[in-house]
Amino acid sequence: MWWRGAFLGPVVAIGLAQPAAAVMAYVSNEKSNTVSVIDTDKWQVVKTIKVGQRPRGIAFTKDEKYVLVAVGDDDTIQMIDTKTQEVVDTLPSGPDPELFVEDPGGELIYVANENDNTVTVIDIEKRTQLGAVQVGVEPEGMEVSPDGKILINTSETTNMAHFIDLASRKIVANVLVDSRPRFAAFKPDGSELWVSAEIGGTVSVIDPVRHAVMKRINFAIPALRAEAIQPVGINITGDGKKAFVALGPANRVAVIDVATHEVVKYLLVGQRVWHMAFTPDEKYLLTTNGVSNDVSIIDVAALKVIKTIQVGELPWGVTIARH
Amino acid sequence: MIRTLFVAAAFCVLMWEAASAQTTEIKIGYLRQGGARTAISLIDIPAPDDGVAGARLAIDDNNTSGYFLNLHFSVEEARLKEKDDPAAAIGAMAEHGVKLVLADLPADTLLKAADAGRARGLLIFNVGSIDDRLREKDCRANVVHTAPTRSMLADGLAQYLVWKQWRKWLLVAGSHDADKMFADALRRAAKRFGATIVQEKVFEDTGGARRTDSGLTQIQSQIPLFLQSAPEHDVVVAADESQVFAAYLPYRTWLPRPVAGSAGMMPTSWDSSHDQWGANQLQNRFVAMFHRRMTARDMQAWMAARMISEAASHGATDAKATLDFLKGPGSALAAFKGQKLTLRDWNQQLRQPILLSDGRVTVSVSPQPGFLHQFSELDTLGLDRPETKCQLDATKG
Repeated sequence: MWWRGAFLGPVVAIGLAQPAAAVMAYVSNEKSNTVSVIDTDKWQVVKTIKVGQRPRGIAFTKDEKYVLVAVGDDDTIQMIDTKTQEVVDTLPSGPDPELFVEDPGGELIYVANENDNTVTVIDIEKRTQLGAVQVGVEPEGMEVSPDGKILINTSETTNMAHFIDLASRKIVANVLVDSRPRFAAFKPDGSELWVSAEIGGTVSVIDPVRHAVMKRINFAIPALRAEAIQPVGINITGDGKKAFVALGPANRVAVIDVATHEVVKYLLVGQRVWHMAFTPDEKYLLTTNGVSNDVSIIDVAALKVIKTIQVGELPWGVTIARH
Repeated sequence: MIRTLFVAAAFCVLMWEAASAQTTEIKIGYLRQGGARTAISLIDIPAPDDGVAGARLAIDDNNTSGYFLNLHFSVEEARLKEKDDPAAAIGAMAEHGVKLVLADLPADTLLKAADAGRARGLLIFNVGSIDDRLREKDCRANVVHTAPTRSMLADGLAQYLVWKQWRKWLLVAGSHDADKMFADALRRAAKRFGATIVQEKVFEDTGGARRTDSGLTQIQSQIPLFLQSAPEHDVVVAADESQVFAAYLPYRTWLPRPVAGSAGMMPTSWDSSHDQWGANQLQNRFVAMFHRRMTARDMQAWMAARMISEAASHGATDAKATLDFLKGPGSALAAFKGQKLTLRDWNQQLRQPILLSDGRVTVSVSPQPGFLHQFSELDTLGLDRPETKCQLDATKG
């Protein structure tokens, strides 16, 4: 067994130099101007980071060196170093950034600027703006197609999903959806684009080739008034089979069978659920519950809420990675 | 030969592009009546473009959206003098191709405009008058109301006062017709939601000036004396749409009591402090364009012009199709009030939450929790379907 020892040595050495990477969830707290860091092994808040005013959109960079958080009232995006868990720099996001998305190469981010009807393109490394695309009134939802060619932006008052060709940075199609579209997500194989409409109370399933709505998903919860059903965040599993839609003040997450577009279950979470994120193994889905100041943990296989974690005031966005 | 073909082909391409880019023009009329409205507080005196500014912003928003749909919107404005015939103004607008008119007019003038508009197939949006009768016995099939009614405003206020357990009201009403109508709405609301009016007082408008060189010295002693002998009450509720006295009540009551209604905490469709549910985006756009804050009347006009755009983006560009869309199941209007707004099909009144503002912040938004309704909780505000006297008849108007 000489070879075993020979291999074991270096492995142990690496293990000592760098402790086993934990999966961390970063939650933006819109009211308390903080980001809560949750260790998903312990399901505990291990750190609270002070950030700028009104943090909402939040995401790991592709290289996982930073967590970017849009602090709308400070008109910037802050960069949290994931090693030190401190704000170390800012990106010139343009006014009132809310949601943003990174390009698949990890070099650029695209930011929705709600106040001036634009999407701003930013070079992360150089911390500079490269350009802007004029879109509809109150841009919000941002998504890049899995092939990296098309950027989707939803505009809340124009009620459209704008398809922007990333090579030319020109709008190539506009698809009308229901009132106040807030979030867009592609099916992992790129065959469908899902757009939630907060006031319309629906999710539009769009054919990204024909640029047409192929299905509208409706929600109905017994004993709950229709006005309370306000879809926002959408997360689809990597195998493209199950989708989760956060229903805002309905305090529920709808589970949808992607093949049939039928709702199979409603999961009761905290109050006013906004956004969600999977753990990297997709065993768990975390939801931010704006009014109850907590995060619900959903067991994805069992479709059950297994735990609730208190975070800061009015949690809004969440991003998860192993680092 | 080849060259000719090439030119012909190029011409075809040009023609095709011209056809595909053909823009539909939608002209919106804005009809209002002149005459200054005055107020006790300088802050409450309306700007000259009060209301119409909301329509102009909505036109701007509509055109940003319309650019993607080959729709273009414009507004034609007309201002009536006291004696002017609204029918003539409506006729002129119709001549210019206007099919949809936003009207900020007193009730009787609005009815004349609506009836003139019916003959010409126009749809009128009432963005100014809160008179319940326009949605009740005087309702018209070609009028949509974005302004809330007095009864909706009174109910929104009453629900909060009852939720707060301030159930004993001292009601002080002005002597003008509008004040009396608001007092009626408040009495109805008190009865409906379980409040008691312990006493009513009338503040006679003797026609004095609101601003005098001798200033506030007399008011400071007059108002407490006026309220001195009232029975025990939780809150003073004022009905003073004419703005003759209500603004003098806070801090001058005989007993230390909060004031609500036409001063203190006021029910409204919009307030310049409202920033929830994405509202500050709209507030920012408004301030950037007009260098002043957005009022309820601005919002009511913005809403109406936005409704026209919503209908147009779903293919409805004439009066009938617009109304059909707005009354149909596909209509869910976003208005920065936390839920979708729809039209009451029985009288074409826009269902909407009522904001309660103290002039600096939005205190609360009604309907309040616990006031339930079998169809929509927004229908706990104002006269409901079973109570309505409205009979919409398209042939009679």
